[in-house]
Amino acid sequence: MPKDGEIKSGIGASSKRREDVRFLTGNGNYTDDINIRGQAYVFFLRSDVAHGTLNSVDTSAASAMPGVVQIFTGADFEAVGGIPCGWEVTDKHGQPMQEPKHPVLAHGKVRHVGEPIAAVVADSLEQARDAAEAIEVDISELPAVINMKDAFKEGATKVHDDLTSNLCYDWGFVEENKGAVEEAFKNAHHVTTLELVNNRLVANPMEPRVAIGDYARSDEQHTLYTTSQNPHVIRLLMGAFVLGIPEHKLRVVAPDVGGGFGTKIFHYQEEAFCTFAAKACNRPVKWTSSRSEAFMSDAHGRDHVTTIQLALDKDNNFTALRTDTLANMGAYLSTFASSVPTWLHGTLMAGNYKTPLIYVNVKAMFTNTVPVDAYRGAGRPEATYQIERVIDMAARELGADPVALRRQNYVTEFPYATPVAVEYDTGDYHATMDKLEEIADFTGFEARRKESEAKGKWRGLGINNYIEACGIAPSNLVGQLGARAGLYDAATVRVNATGSISVMVGAHSHGQGHETAFPQVVADMIGIDESQIDIVHGDTSKIPFGMGTYGSRSLAVCGSAMVRATEKIIAKAKKIAAHLLEASDTDIELKDGMFSVAGTDKSVAWGDVTLAAYVPHNYPLEEIEPGLEETAFYDPSNFTYPAGAYACEVEVDPDTGKVTIERFAAADDFGNVINPMIVSGQVHGGIAQGVGQALLEGCSYDEESGQLLTGSYMDYAMPRADDLPFYSVDHSCQTPCTHNPLGVKGCGEAGAIGSPPSVVNAVIDALNSGGKKVAHIDMPLTPDRVWNAINNA
Amino acid sequence: MAQVTMTVNGKAASGTVEGRTLLSSFLRETLDLTGTHVGCDTSQCGACVVHVDGVAVKSCTMLAAEADGADVATIEGQAAPDGTLNTIQQAFQDHHGLQCGFCTPGMVMTTAALLKDNPKPSEQEIRVHLEGNICRCTGYHNIIKAIYAASGQDVAALGAD
Repeated sequence: MPKDGEIKSGIGASSKRREDVRFLTGNGNYTDDINIRGQAYVFFLRSDVAHGTLNSVDTSAASAMPGVVQIFTGADFEAVGGIPCGWEVTDKHGQPMQEPKHPVLAHGKVRHVGEPIAAVVADSLEQARDAAEAIEVDISELPAVINMKDAFKEGATKVHDDLTSNLCYDWGFVEENKGAVEEAFKNAHHVTTLELVNNRLVANPMEPRVAIGDYARSDEQHTLYTTSQNPHVIRLLMGAFVLGIPEHKLRVVAPDVGGGFGTKIFHYQEEAFCTFAAKACNRPVKWTSSRSEAFMSDAHGRDHVTTIQLALDKDNNFTALRTDTLANMGAYLSTFASSVPTWLHGTLMAGNYKTPLIYVNVKAMFTNTVPVDAYRGAGRPEATYQIERVIDMAARELGADPVALRRQNYVTEFPYATPVAVEYDTGDYHATMDKLEEIADFTGFEARRKESEAKGKWRGLGINNYIEACGIAPSNLVGQLGARAGLYDAATVRVNATGSISVMVGAHSHGQGHETAFPQVVADMIGIDESQIDIVHGDTSKIPFGMGTYGSRSLAVCGSAMVRATEKIIAKAKKIAAHLLEASDTDIELKDGMFSVAGTDKSVAWGDVTLAAYVPHNYPLEEIEPGLEETAFYDPSNFTYPAGAYACEVEVDPDTGKVTIERFAAADDFGNVINPMIVSGQVHGGIAQGVGQALLEGCSYDEESGQLLTGSYMDYAMPRADDLPFYSVDHSCQTPCTHNPLGVKGCGEAGAIGSPPSVVNAVIDALNSGGKKVAHIDMPLTPDRVWNAINNA
Repeated sequence: MAQVTMTVNGKAASGTVEGRTLLSSFLRETLDLTGTHVGCDTSQCGACVVHVDGVAVKSCTMLAAEADGADVATIEGQAAPDGTLNTIQQAFQDHHGLQCGFCTPGMVMTTAALLKDNPKPSEQEIRVHLEGNICRCTGYHNIIKAIYAASGQDVAALGAD
């Protein structure tokens, strides 16, 4: 296999990113950079209480304030639909989940701090903000239910009066296996039990959300500019379910987007509001979130409370695993919220191991908090964290080597049908662990530990595996599981007369470098220079109906569509070339941008063929159409299964509890890699977010009042450069995906999924090396928590 | 409302602002220099860093009126007039020091200030200097390398892949 940097162009090359030039020179075009002539600004008045009855919203004084165009309240949106949830989960009794209406603006009640109550549209943002202060809101505050265990109790305050309880669903998976799992636990030689919290996080892409609604009365055309990872999904959800706008009258544009990490997948009230208000006010309406608003209106992530148990036989083989989780939905169901703790979590509970019996129970709870939905990894980090923590704990209890215990239980034969309904197509978990042992320098660890001890520090080594299901997703499968949309993607390859190419894709790039990596594939297939190819994305009026970027799906799903469309282009181009060369198209070969007749020296260049397609003077018009443009939709037949092994080395200061990440290594199997530089960058960023979750980040509410305590970067700890080390990452272990044309698996979420357990495992190892018998500490492992664990051990 | 006049990227610029107008708003809204980004409202993220009279400042934390008469440099003025990237910008591209690009203008301007004061910073000095600039995409790995390279030092010495 070639080393990074050896391949200079096409697939496998670390091509520099072309999009960087505009970002580095201040010429990016982010949504907030767009201003439309005559636009008005909206300021949302948001609830400052967690739960209450909305008695009245008096806008009369505010309406008379300078510059105010119009003020909207919940009453204005009674007639339109609520913000929809895209996935209906069926509970263990076969009943559909409880699904409350999620209004655009609060009506009747407020259910979380930050819920929008009224929206002021004014000539300037300052005027809108000033007027919002003059709105008189009368709320009778109700007790807030924040803690999920409280929400589950009999007689608990209900978040939604019209639901039977705060339970969204009680999901059992696989329900038929439950008895056999219980039996296996009865017969187990050893059972390890771990209660843990997967801490609530805020995704925090650096660009806050923005929405601009525009409406043209002349042709009844709505346009929404928005910070979205998936403009077609927004058009579908908002058009069909909320505002009732047909697709041909609604254009959604997501230009440069400054990071997403999942939280810009979802359809939000502010998007629907700006679209609605632009028509109502007959003016463009712009909203730009402040960071404080982002903390109380962007969907949060994670927030699971779990008990996991692992059963082992006398030879340390895993015999069964069961897990009970309370998953926080927040006050309403965000777009994919219901699928995260279920299908994106339960189906991954086998991990990299051949545990034969697994049962997963998830109770999803409504609370008076911001809605919770997918955040980088979405369900898979929660699964990985449980599995890899409980295995580490079992190893410690049994005196087993944590690497050997894992290796002994690896899945080694593929395809492998797990007991949790998915089939891993390929993988080699020993290979990634071998690579990890090398790049993390396991053999040098003891010497480094002694060095740390000499400085009065405790050093720990933590390792873990992970597996994830990416390339989301086979539509027929997810349809059976409750998805309300297909999850294919699409690409249109438009070859121009002179041979340059525009590829219109459903995937959306918001940091992933699609504008560079996607052309590498097409360039490789045709044999022309990457600079001849441009990617068009982010505008429903330009791109085919694709489902966007999340779940590490862009290359695996949309890239596959692009390959299929390019194959159609090549097939047609070969027919044109055959005509020009007076040969049979079955004899035409394409290499390095030249079509040649096999076994002869007759050839014609790519540009000559493309020109012939558009200037069809010498052309088989009776057999083929002029032009060279093809579209393909690609629906994957399975998920892809990236997997890997991660190692973290920490130093713990026993006096302060401060944890320092000393080394971090990641050995990933992503299948084939298109641009190694970009792939490494994705892993780096994922690791930083995972380390952030493990050590720093935790979204916190006051359980009495329901106030959000972490509402800004002053109190939500984002990882800084001096919190992190250099990472050693490797993706040379490659078992290509067996069912997509590129053999790719996806790399965007791996780092965030794979890193939290190794950090926590390392800290536990460090504490035990210091003689402190600490079995577990919940994330984030702040100095306070670690110090208390040390001193209470 | 007050009239403010300043030099921005070597050109005279003026406008009428409210007393409460921030320098970041003046640059973005009045002068249409949208390369300066606003990522938080508590002066933590650093996406809005510009130079005022040669000093790196967070433009979301300075009033436009305070910059009256000042010499302001923003990301838009960093590349050569023909578009050639400057050393720092080029190093960020070469080392994949950006992903979504939103924090990048602030990173570049902060780096310029660092290298002016400390032309050959160590890895640790770079990390500490970036305390006021948050990147959510890169995990900082390639940003550190880019800054080290921009200072003319051999990146291989960092021992990072």
